[in-house]
Amino acid sequence: MSEKKLHFFVGCFVLSACAALLLLVLKVAGFNLTGQSDTYQLVAKFDNIGGLKPRSPVKVGGVVVGRVESIDLETETYTPIVTLSMFKKYGYYPETSSAAILTAGLLGEQFIGLRAGFIDEDIVMLEQGDEIEDTKSALVLEDLIGQFLYSIQDKE
Amino acid sequence: MIQGIVRTGASTLHVIGQLGLAVVMLLRALACAPNAKFLRLVTAQVYFLGVLSLPIILVAGLFIGMVLGLQGYNVLVGYSAEQSLGTMVALALLRELGPVVTALLFAGRAGSALTAEVGLMKSTEQLASMEMMAVDPLKRIIAPRFWGGVIAMPLLAFLFSMIAIWGGSLVGVDWKGIDSGGFWAVMQASVNVYEDIFFGFLKSLIFALVICWIALFNGFYCQPSSLGISQATTKTVVNSSLLVLALDFVLTIFMYG
Repeated sequence: MSEKKLHFFVGCFVLSACAALLLLVLKVAGFNLTGQSDTYQLVAKFDNIGGLKPRSPVKVGGVVVGRVESIDLETETYTPIVTLSMFKKYGYYPETSSAAILTAGLLGEQFIGLRAGFIDEDIVMLEQGDEIEDTKSALVLEDLIGQFLYSIQDKE
Repeated sequence: MIQGIVRTGASTLHVIGQLGLAVVMLLRALACAPNAKFLRLVTAQVYFLGVLSLPIILVAGLFIGMVLGLQGYNVLVGYSAEQSLGTMVALALLRELGPVVTALLFAGRAGSALTAEVGLMKSTEQLASMEMMAVDPLKRIIAPRFWGGVIAMPLLAFLFSMIAIWGGSLVGVDWKGIDSGGFWAVMQASVNVYEDIFFGFLKSLIFALVICWIALFNGFYCQPSSLGISQATTKTVVNSSLLVLALDFVLTIFMYG
């Protein structure tokens, strides 16, 4: 076989392997190339974050508008504090917005559901680093069952 | 009694001697500066070890992916969690099956060929005549084959994983009717570039080093006879397959344990 043909086949092989790697990274791992500049950060405090993890989605009406960047504990009040990185292309949200930790399906993964609040003259929009005041914690199934059993006992 | 102790000692020394020979062979083969001529030799080996292994890797990958998809679907549908099929297939392939099955196939397809080729060169005294011409066979024969295999195997593992995941989606989405958006989105939510893809790549790289090393060592130091070549080839496939499986467990402990 001529050298040129051999080089051609090896080139095809290496390029197709690189394409496979790229496909794995982009399509299978869902790695997106949006940089830091396209997002801004919001902070929210929850009493209980349940099974929320970094990279969990933030959704408005089911549309992913951001991701959980980091989860920390505020050591003074012992409350979890969640940093959200929001995509700039969906714009900003009024300070009356509320965030709740919801579960996809009965046993699915947890995400933050953001509900945009009303906009009035003296309502400002949340900017980089602002805090979402109105939050609802994750529902913990064991707590719910405990409350349910407790309420049954009360009735008897 | 004394005989037994003597035999144990002799075989221990033999194993240590072999290990030492293998390390010295590898170091002497790798201690050379790459030049244009050397790169051409490596390219030729990437062709023989990589491109010519493509059919078996791709066909095996497709079928393994489809079987994984079908078996996974049958179990998951009982919990109505069939959307998680994508996650199961992708993680199983990227973390374990991709590197390991590719390594086993590579040991059978390319490792045995390396041993037989180098062993026959030794038996027909081509290696000795090279030395007579002041050409170092370690640099002319061993080094390009080693690098060619080390380059080709991880690339084969990527292609294997990719086509197997496609095979899984073929069964799950196109045949069994899982929603394609759910299939890919759940997969993307749980597969991590560093933890899954990079660690899988690391595994396949380590397996490639082990397989090429064993194959070339067995060929280079085989008994120069037809029986010797056949024994060396068998030893290559058996030893490298076992070592790959054992190493995979150790690596998995370190990576995910």
